[in-house]
Amino acid sequence: MLRMASSFPEEVLEHVFSFIYDDKDRNAISMVCKSWYEIERWCRRRIFVGNCYAVSPPMVIRRFPEVRSVELKGKPHFADFNLVPEGWGGYVYPWIAAMATAYPWLEEIRLKRMVVTDEALELIAKSFKNFKVLVLSSCEGFSTDGLAAIAANCRNLKELDLRESEVDDLSGHWLSHFPDSYTSLVSLNISCLGSEVSFSALERLVGRCPNLRTLRLNRAVPLDRLANILCRAPQLVELGTGTYSAELQPDVFSSLAGAFSGCKELRSLSGFWDAVPGYLPAIYPICPSLTSLNLSYATIRSTDLTKLVSQCQSLQRLWVLDYIEDIGLEALAAFCKDLRELRVFPSEPFAQEPNVSLTEQGLVSVSEGCPKLHSVLYFCRQMTNDALATIARNRPNMTRFRLCIIEPRAPDYITLQPLDDGFGAIVEHCKDLQRLSMAGLLTDRVFEHIGNHAKKLEMLSVAFAGDSDLGLHHVLSGCENLRKLEIRDCPFGDKALLVNAAKLETMRSLWMSSCSVSFGACKLLGQKIPRLNVEVMDERGPPGSRPESCPVEKLYIYRTVAGPRFDMPGFVWTMDEDSALRLS
Amino acid sequence: MSPALLGVEEEGQSNVSLAASSTSIDCISRNGCGLKERNYLGLSDCSSVDSSAVPSLSEENKNNLNLKATELRLGLPGSQSPEREADVSLLSTGKLDEKPLFPMLPLKDGICSSLQKHVISGNKRGFSDTMDGFSEVKGSLYSEKNWLFHSAGTESDSPQSVGQGTFPGSSGMNAMQLSRPSGAQSHMMKEVPQKVLQDRCHGANGTNLNQAGTSNNSSNAPAAKAQVVGWPPIKSFRKNTLASSSKNNDEVDGKPSSGALFVKVSMDGAPYLRKVDLRTYSTYQELSCALEKMFSCFTIGQCGSHGVPGKEKLSESKLRDLLNGSEYVLTYEDKDRDWMLVGDVPWEMFIDTCKRLKIMKSSDAIGLAPRVMEKFKIKA
Repeated sequence: MLRMASSFPEEVLEHVFSFIYDDKDRNAISMVCKSWYEIERWCRRRIFVGNCYAVSPPMVIRRFPEVRSVELKGKPHFADFNLVPEGWGGYVYPWIAAMATAYPWLEEIRLKRMVVTDEALELIAKSFKNFKVLVLSSCEGFSTDGLAAIAANCRNLKELDLRESEVDDLSGHWLSHFPDSYTSLVSLNISCLGSEVSFSALERLVGRCPNLRTLRLNRAVPLDRLANILCRAPQLVELGTGTYSAELQPDVFSSLAGAFSGCKELRSLSGFWDAVPGYLPAIYPICPSLTSLNLSYATIRSTDLTKLVSQCQSLQRLWVLDYIEDIGLEALAAFCKDLRELRVFPSEPFAQEPNVSLTEQGLVSVSEGCPKLHSVLYFCRQMTNDALATIARNRPNMTRFRLCIIEPRAPDYITLQPLDDGFGAIVEHCKDLQRLSMAGLLTDRVFEHIGNHAKKLEMLSVAFAGDSDLGLHHVLSGCENLRKLEIRDCPFGDKALLVNAAKLETMRSLWMSSCSVSFGACKLLGQKIPRLNVEVMDERGPPGSRPESCPVEKLYIYRTVAGPRFDMPGFVWTMDEDSALRLS
Repeated sequence: MSPALLGVEEEGQSNVSLAASSTSIDCISRNGCGLKERNYLGLSDCSSVDSSAVPSLSEENKNNLNLKATELRLGLPGSQSPEREADVSLLSTGKLDEKPLFPMLPLKDGICSSLQKHVISGNKRGFSDTMDGFSEVKGSLYSEKNWLFHSAGTESDSPQSVGQGTFPGSSGMNAMQLSRPSGAQSHMMKEVPQKVLQDRCHGANGTNLNQAGTSNNSSNAPAAKAQVVGWPPIKSFRKNTLASSSKNNDEVDGKPSSGALFVKVSMDGAPYLRKVDLRTYSTYQELSCALEKMFSCFTIGQCGSHGVPGKEKLSESKLRDLLNGSEYVLTYEDKDRDWMLVGDVPWEMFIDTCKRLKIMKSSDAIGLAPRVMEKFKIKA
């Protein structure tokens, strides 16, 4: 076997490897033998770094010298909910700077939850002559000036996607920086931007880019300009409208409806800010071919929503507000048999009383009627163990299940029991469950179920749950495939963490905030396990100024081969051998 | 870090081991918020929230100050200690200016009080982690040396290695006992004072979680607009979008819009920004107090670089500067991208137009005020 492996010339092996895209497969290949490691590292074109602090730019560049596509993730997931203070980290500039010299042929950069400055964007625009794809997902730190630099300089840009980033919106003028000679745009998502771009510049841009497939406009684009834009891009596959609200005028409506009908390839719709029901029929002609519909910013009510979804027989993904109510979800279950993913967001998350009639029943209906449903995010105000068990039995193919009950610690509203058994049923029946977020009143028992059954679970989010360290221990000791664990406001302390310390090195990261992990335990972990960065976040001041038994505010532990980082703000401390001395 | 400020006066807590400096008291009394003294320096918060229900504490814990009240809030880690609510009546409007981490649970009556037992007091727990308990664990860890090798720890090993055989039994709502579990380190909530429990239930029953400008009588029930940080887990982008949508829709009925309105707050010389939710305040007073607290650690050089172990003495003059209010002014950037002094327009108008906040040195802010008047003249 060894002889066979070494008898292939390198070029042949390289050619074979070029058909392997998956990171895990690539990693496996590189471990076969030294020569395969060498060949593979020279021909790896795409790298994914799930935690930008797990490895350093020089390390990546040293191993993989010919990379064309980089994907990096920065802040912990809970940063989305303001649990990570500003200035925590996740700066992309050091990466860009290193890659500017090392990867002059870099084509794609995809970033999530990172701090991107205008300087970084300008450096990208300057350094990579063949730059094609920029995706900034939930990023922040840059302004429209940085976007102008990208627009002006990246002649081969195909994709610019700013999904949900926080942009310092100085003006809409940046869009006009795309030169007239620029025609290679394939995908543009500016839905997060607030200010108005020049509509004529937009229309001209759209008109001269024949390969444009995805166009997500921002709210500032009024409805009466949408038809013009659509007419210039009938080949669009994905469209995000701007404001979907205007005075009802027959001519506006008919040109809009006509424009939509002309887009025969349209499969995905989003936007619909401030949608008025009167203009919804304009999209009816294309509803039957829609596979993805994002109405989560549309404030239309259940009657109109029901009418709409009932026509989308090919729908695979629906994001919607809870205005859809149980009755709309029943229609969904009846008409959309191809549904794979459902997300229901709360229209009034801070209201005490429910403003809509959306209950556990809606989710049960969909679980009954949609055999391919495997991904769920559901915000509601009440739940029962029975409903969860029914959903579990109906959908053993569930892979992502995220439930949020608006009130923390809400019990089964009928039996007043904890929801342990309901979630227990989920993990027991759904053997391929990869991601789980739990809600409601939960004791240590639910964690026992999870530890026993959720063997494929990779990401778990827990809030206001559990009674003791036993809960955490069940998860850490039982979930073999656990990669990301995020916990807030649970009574978990030192014991479970210390007992399962070795487990932490097999995971990408652990987040614990408002729990009971003591400073002493953090120090211990940091000292004993060198390849973990144990970061304590505490805005009360240095943890060393308090007793060791004092719990830390926030704890973020992640494995790394890069050692402790040095770009931390004043409220973050890394526990390692040295810090133990410094802080005590 | 030597604390120079007087510790917080919590309910019934009389054990203050640190002397107050008179200067600091002066400064504080000049502070127009009417808030009690707070320890800004982030000292130990391991003191118990005083309560008869609290299990016996170690001496050390008793002597420490409760620093819950000093926490930075608003999109920041910070818990709402139960005692804070008792202090709410001292605030001018009686409304809470901070978002507690302690969730308000306006549940059905029967559940309310028992559920309160479940509620973790924000992130300031671990009081019953007595030093004894911890060293017990430590001892066993070191001696047994088996915790390091536990990946999927066996059942028999784990209780051993943590030095005790019992985990508190858990079943349903009685899992979290106020009484101290035998020998075990209980990380559970136990020290919610009885009074607060009652307050909480009062408030909880009669109020809703809708925050901005609710007309609920929330005199000692801050639950009216109390919100848990980062809950429900909705991205800011979505929250802000919802907020502006509902504002458009609700303007007619005059219903206050719900949802958060996060703006960034920067401060000259501070190493990093904060974000605050303007809807959690209803007056400039509240906003100003909250921001003072939030940025105090910068002015006293506490949260700066942590290269040096934090044992600096508080500079009295620095603190005076902060609390005096004359060194810094609060400014904001409005929709027209002009920088204005905060405080000149009615509050509602302010939150409507404010895009960003900045704490500037007074010297830098000269010339802002007149512009405001001009703007008004133009608009009027």
